[in-house]
Formats: sequence, C-alpha cells, structure tokens
Amino acid sequence: MNRRNFLRNTGFVAAGSLFVPAFMKPLEAMALDELSLYKNLVVVQLSGGNDGLNTVIPFGNDIYYQKRKSIAIQPDQVIKLNDMQGLNPNMAALQEIYDQGWMTIINDVGYPNPDRSHFRSMDIWQTGSDSNQFLSTGWIGRYLDSNCQTCKFPYTAIEVDDSLSLALKGQTKKGIALKDPGALFRNTNDPFFKSMIQNDKEHLDEDNLGYLYKTMIETSSSANYIQNTSKVYQSKATYPNTGFSNQLKTVSKFISSGLKTRVYYVSLSGFDTHVNQTNQQGNLLKQYSEGMAAFLKDLKSNNKLEDTLVITFSEFGRRVEQNASNGTDHGTANNMFVFGGRLQKKGIYNPAPNLGDLDTGDLKYQLDFRQVYGTILDKWLDVNNADILNKKFNTLDFI
Amino acid sequence: MSAKDNFLKVKHLYNRAGFGISYPDLQKLSRKNIDKVVDGLLKKPKNDDDITLVNNVESKRQLLAQAGLYSKKDLTDEEKKMRQDIVRMQNEVSRDLNIGWVSKMINTDAPLREKMTLFWHGHFACRSNNPYFAQQLNNIQRENGLGSFKTLLVEVSKSPAMLQYLNNQQNRKGRPNENFARELMELFTLGRGNYSEQDIKESARSFTGWQYDKDGTFIFRPNLHDDGTKTFFGKIGNFQGENIIDIILEKPETSQFIARKVYKFFVNDNPNEEHVKELATHFYNSKYDISELIRKMFTSDWFYAPENVGTKIKSPAEFLVGLSREFYVTYNKPQVLIQLQSSLGQYLFNPPNVAGWPGGQSWIDSSSLMLRMRIPSLVLNDGEIDFSGKADPEDEAVIALSRAGTNNANASAKPKSYVNANADWPKFLDTLPKGLTPLELTEFLLQPKLNDKIIKMVSDNKGLRSTSVEITSMPEYQLC
Repeated sequence: MNRRNFLRNTGFVAAGSLFVPAFMKPLEAMALDELSLYKNLVVVQLSGGNDGLNTVIPFGNDIYYQKRKSIAIQPDQVIKLNDMQGLNPNMAALQEIYDQGWMTIINDVGYPNPDRSHFRSMDIWQTGSDSNQFLSTGWIGRYLDSNCQTCKFPYTAIEVDDSLSLALKGQTKKGIALKDPGALFRNTNDPFFKSMIQNDKEHLDEDNLGYLYKTMIETSSSANYIQNTSKVYQSKATYPNTGFSNQLKTVSKFISSGLKTRVYYVSLSGFDTHVNQTNQQGNLLKQYSEGMAAFLKDLKSNNKLEDTLVITFSEFGRRVEQNASNGTDHGTANNMFVFGGRLQKKGIYNPAPNLGDLDTGDLKYQLDFRQVYGTILDKWLDVNNADILNKKFNTLDFI
Repeated sequence: MSAKDNFLKVKHLYNRAGFGISYPDLQKLSRKNIDKVVDGLLKKPKNDDDITLVNNVESKRQLLAQAGLYSKKDLTDEEKKMRQDIVRMQNEVSRDLNIGWVSKMINTDAPLREKMTLFWHGHFACRSNNPYFAQQLNNIQRENGLGSFKTLLVEVSKSPAMLQYLNNQQNRKGRPNENFARELMELFTLGRGNYSEQDIKESARSFTGWQYDKDGTFIFRPNLHDDGTKTFFGKIGNFQGENIIDIILEKPETSQFIARKVYKFFVNDNPNEEHVKELATHFYNSKYDISELIRKMFTSDWFYAPENVGTKIKSPAEFLVGLSREFYVTYNKPQVLIQLQSSLGQYLFNPPNVAGWPGGQSWIDSSSLMLRMRIPSLVLNDGEIDFSGKADPEDEAVIALSRAGTNNANASAKPKSYVNANADWPKFLDTLPKGLTPLELTEFLLQPKLNDKIIKMVSDNKGLRSTSVEITSMPEYQLC
C-alpha cells in the first residue's frame, strides 16, 4: 500500500500537527449511533461435503432408489414437502420452520468445472472464485474491504470459532474469530496485554509493526465492545446441548443484545461420509436441524427473525450413486438452505435435481453459488455484488 | 565497520537465512566478514541429510492393499477394518513426517538449507495423502534447494506427489489434462500474463505420458505420450516435458518471477523493483544457479538497509521453529506442534492450495495474533491450550470414520491439550555472556529497533528468564 492509499483507508486526516490516525483511536470513541437498522447474515458451513440427496430426498424419483440400494431413505420415512422432495427424518425439527414459511431450499447450486477436493472446493466457496482461480481473500472479507457504511468495524463479521476462516479475510480488513466473548475479554484485559497497547502513540506507521498494533488495538476494542454489549443479555430459550447449538446460541445472544455486527459465521463438520453414511449423517442432520430450529425460534421471540437471514452450504454434494461401503463419494452440485422471517419465495425454490441427466455420475448445477452470494450482497447487505465478486452475477428472488 | 554493526548484520542475516542464532555463534561469526558468513551458510553438509522417516516398502504394501480394497465391490468386515487401518496409519505417518521436519528445522546445523526447503515447500505447494510421496518431494526440495533451478524444476515435475496432485497421471494422448501445464507456468515459473491458453494446451500435450509406477518411481510411458508436433511460444517441434521446461527457462520472465518471490520471502513483502531486477539478471546469467541468487541477495548492501531489518512478519513455521531453537525446547507430546501450526494458519505439507500460503500480513488476524502472543508463555512456562476448533477439511474423512457407528457425533474431535513442553533454561542462560542485562538480552532477542516503552518495560530488571518470556510475547517478536 502506498502512503496515499494508507492515508485514505485509515481515515487519516491532516488537520494540524496533533492528530491521531483513525486506526489508533479506540473504537468506542467512534460514533456508532448512525447505524440503527441492522440486518444480520448468518452463514452456516457444513464441512466435509454433505450428501444433499439424503438431506432433501427426491423420493418421487425412481432413479434415486436404483442408485442407492442400501442407503436410500424410504418414502414412508421422508418428511414430504411436495410430491417429489422431502426432508431426511432426522430433520423433523425443521418441519415447523418450513411450515412457518421461514425456510427456502435451493436445489443444485454449484459452479462450472467443479473441483472434488475438499480443500480446493471449500476455498472456491469461501473466496467466491472460479474453479481455476486462486484468491487469497474471502467473499465476506472483500465485503469488509468495500468500506461500506456498516462494515468499518472489525466486529462487523464474527466467526464463532477459535480461528478465522478464509471467507472472512479481506485485503485490508478481517473479521474476528471468537468462541467465548468472556475468554477473549479476559485475554485482552490481561495486564501484560493491556500494557502493550496502552498509551501507545509510537506505532503510527503503515508498516508491519503498525499493522500488528492496529490488529491488537482492534481486537481489544472489539472484545470490550462485544463483552460489554452482550454480557447483560440472558437468553430464555433452551438449546440442545451440542457444540453446534452452542455456537448458534452465542450468535443469538449477539444478535439479540443488539451487537452491531452484520455477518456471523459458524460451522459443523464431519460430513465426509464415505463409509456407513446413514447413522453418521443422520446424527449430524439431527444436530443441525434441532440447533437451527431452536435458534430461529429464539430469534423470533426476540423480534429479530425479520432482520436475520441464515444460509447453509457445504463445499460439494456427493455422487448420485452410492459406493460399496454404504457411503457416498465426493460429488458436485448441492442444495443450499435459506432461512429468515422475510423470505420472498418460501419453500422449494427451483426444480428438484434431474437424476436422469448427469455429468459422469454427478449432478449438473442449475444455479451458480455466486448468484446466491450476489443476491445477498445486493439485496441484504446493500452493496453492488460486482464490487465484491469481481463480476456481476444475476440475482435471484428468494429475498 | 564497527564490531557492533557486524553483530547486527549477522543477527539479521541469520534471522532471515535461518531461524535465528545463538549468542555464542553470533559472537563468533561477528568477527568474520559478512561474505564469509554467507559462504558458510551456503556450504553443503558433508553427510546426506534426507528425511528417511517413511519407509517405502511399508508404504508400497499399503498402497497396493488399498488399491485392491478400493476396486473391490463388497468388502468383508475384516477388509473394511483393514482399509480403515491403512487410512489411520497413513495419517499417523503423515503427522510423524510433519513433526520430523519441524524437529529437523529446530535442530539443524544447516539452517539455510532448511529455510530454502521451506521456501520451495511453499513455492511448489503440494498435498499428498501418501506420506512417502510427501517425504520424497520434501527431500527433492532440500537436495536441490540451493542447486540448479532447472534440476529442481524437473525433479519436482517428475515426483509422484506432484504428478498426482496436479493430475498429470491422467494426462494422456488424446485426453489431455491441463492442470499441471497451467500451474507450471502460472505458479512455478513465468507467472500470470506471460503465456497464452494455447501455450498451456501445447505444453499439456508435451507432458502426456509422464507418470509414476506402483513403486512410486517416475516413468515415461511412450504409448500414452502424444508424439505429434507442438507449437510452444512460437517454437515448433515434437516436444517432450524437458523441452518445454528448457523453453520456459529461456524466458527471462522466469528468472524475474522467481527472484521476486525469493525477495518477498527473504527481504521484504513490498519488493523494490530495482533490487529484484538486479537479482533476476544475476540469476538468469548464472544459468539459474539458486546459490548465486541467494549469495547476491545476502551480500547486497540493501539487504541490510533499515527498511529491511526487523520488518517482516514471521511465518508460523519461522515463529515456532525460532522460538523452539532459541530456548532449546523439547516437546513431550510433539503432536501439539501440528495443532499449533494449524491454529496459526500454516500446517506444513498441507498448503491451502497449489498457490501456497499467501504470507505477509495475511498470517495475522485477531485470533492468530492473540495465540502467537500466548504461545511463548505456554511453551516456555508449560501451559494448557484449548484446541476444540474446526477441523482441517482433509481431516473430515478421519473424523467421520472415527465417529461412524459410535453414535457419538457430539464428541469434540479435538480436546484440550497440554502443550507439555520444556525449555532448557540452564542451557539457554549458559549461552549468554556473564553480566548481560535484560536490556541487552532484549536487543538480542528482538529484531525491530527498541522503542522507549520496551526499554522502560525491561529496565525494571525481572531477571533474564522472565524478561525472555515477556519479550517473546510482544508484537515486536512477531517480526524478523
């Protein structure tokens, strides 16, 4: 970054000799009141490649039963949504959510020339790149970089985890990862840490040391802000006792206490079910559905569901035909879920996967995942999706 | 030049060319001319220093057994268990290999050799679930890391790990797979914008038939090779892989691409184009002798200029190895090194993609910085750390396997873990000159210039041990 860019990006205003660059000012000192109306986005990542065909089951299609002799979910067990598709029985908790009109299922979301490596495909989903393009920033990170009105604080995007995913890393701004706001608060209020950032007027440089201090100061300010804003809030809702539900409970606490964060990121892993899939995936879908149902109802009771949009994705779906170990191997296009209180198109968004028209055994995608991101960026986060996704994607009308 | 100046130069050199330096070595080398010190770093060790942790016979047996099991339709319970065991063993051996290399970096007498291996490890980024292949590639990068870039490039291109990772095994006459051909030019040699899509197609055809056999040995299969005429960068001929590499090396853009990357790794994230050009020209004229490139860089005055000293963010590997080397740390449960690498964002042998780790400021976010600042007290003072975070995507299958059938999907995959490490304080303190003050120790341990606050913090004289823990927990310690 050259000096001029640096000055612009940090809001450094030359106003005499006694000035402090904006990044050195504690965030608390900044006016936050201008930001009143908050729309939240929650991204739920299912890691490992969830088998979409055993999640939303095409029970109306015989090919499904022919290709999945031992792991198909029988029609009498499926929670039927229309005469073609229905939910895995372990997702019973979501039936009520679906019936309320809080859920949209988008079938066959993917991208051209799909990659079947977990790592690569997850990168593609998190960065929003083409399959032969390597980006080192994530799509949410670039949203933070865009300097929009509501994305100037490091806590604009929070990942409820110990480490920060690529999705939340921008070029100049990054989200913040934290699992327990209390623990981060204690760490940043450790006397040694405090002594490192206190009264520090020496690191006003744009160099790497300045960057380290800036990150420290932002972390500390964010930790204080998040802890002080959210500590008073007590949720009355009960959540299942799982790690995933705990993440969602933390998100709900942040949203309900009025944290001025726009994007939350949580993940659930273990979906790489090559062997004996049924039980393993069933357990995970149950955790997922029960957690989500508790979360959405909690938001509803706090009048926050209208302001919240939740999406769920996995890095790829799995092959249509099962393998010899009662599992499934890496595939391509997959369904995505959208939840919220203000969905424009509820229920099943587009036609079920065409199991009769495959690309060497894999589903063909109907919609590019960046159309989903683009829709959210344009219509929910109020930025131009081309600025974030590097080219314009046509939006969809689920919101 | 004053003795103090040379002291600082050698310290800087060893921070960049290696993983830091002990006080006695620094004192000894400070008496030498810097050119001689660079010669010493470039000297090849007398003994073969390959990593030989992974046994080829055993790994071959597993490969064959695995291939047999995967092609079978219905597996017996015993066969299923066998397959699980193989996956588990490969994962275990892969972890051993990772720890083996980290330990080698911590203990090596040839630090530049390991640092170059680390550089090429990121440049020729590759993942392989076969630990023998991964070890082979690592040894190629070490053996040729300071030799001829051409030999290195050819050897890497022929390695089973890379042939597999970039799908050259599937690149056949009439059915070309362009993955390797594209990355060869985009990421390994010329850089984006210096070739056409047509060049990629013709290059892919030339590499058809480059494969490895079941012994994990390179083999050229003439019957899979497209022996038709190719046009590559305007040259016409019946090219094979080596010809393509030769033509790529004839282009000065390759020397510029490599020189810039070396500069960014060893000197500064923001390249000075004059200096890069100087290095590239020298590299090209030396016929791609990597030692010549490195020597030129480390003996240039600008390498020791203030803007290049104490201004680079250490990579997680540099940070962990440097800290462990400095304080003679033993890890009683070395697996913790893997968790630390993964939490800090550089899990060796598992780069995020073929472009490698982006480096620089991208190493640092709020959580990785907080962890970096906590690690010294945990490692040096032995503490506990919570690693219940998300799993590496490639570990998903293992997690799914370990949970399958146990009905215990709630169990955390990564429980709390004790760092369980010991620093050898008597040994460390013994290396320091008698009467060394905490301020002098700080000057030795930190690369950035000390500011008033740090001077004030260490001047209350807590003793050398406490001072060490404090200094290494500072943001300044993240720089080298």
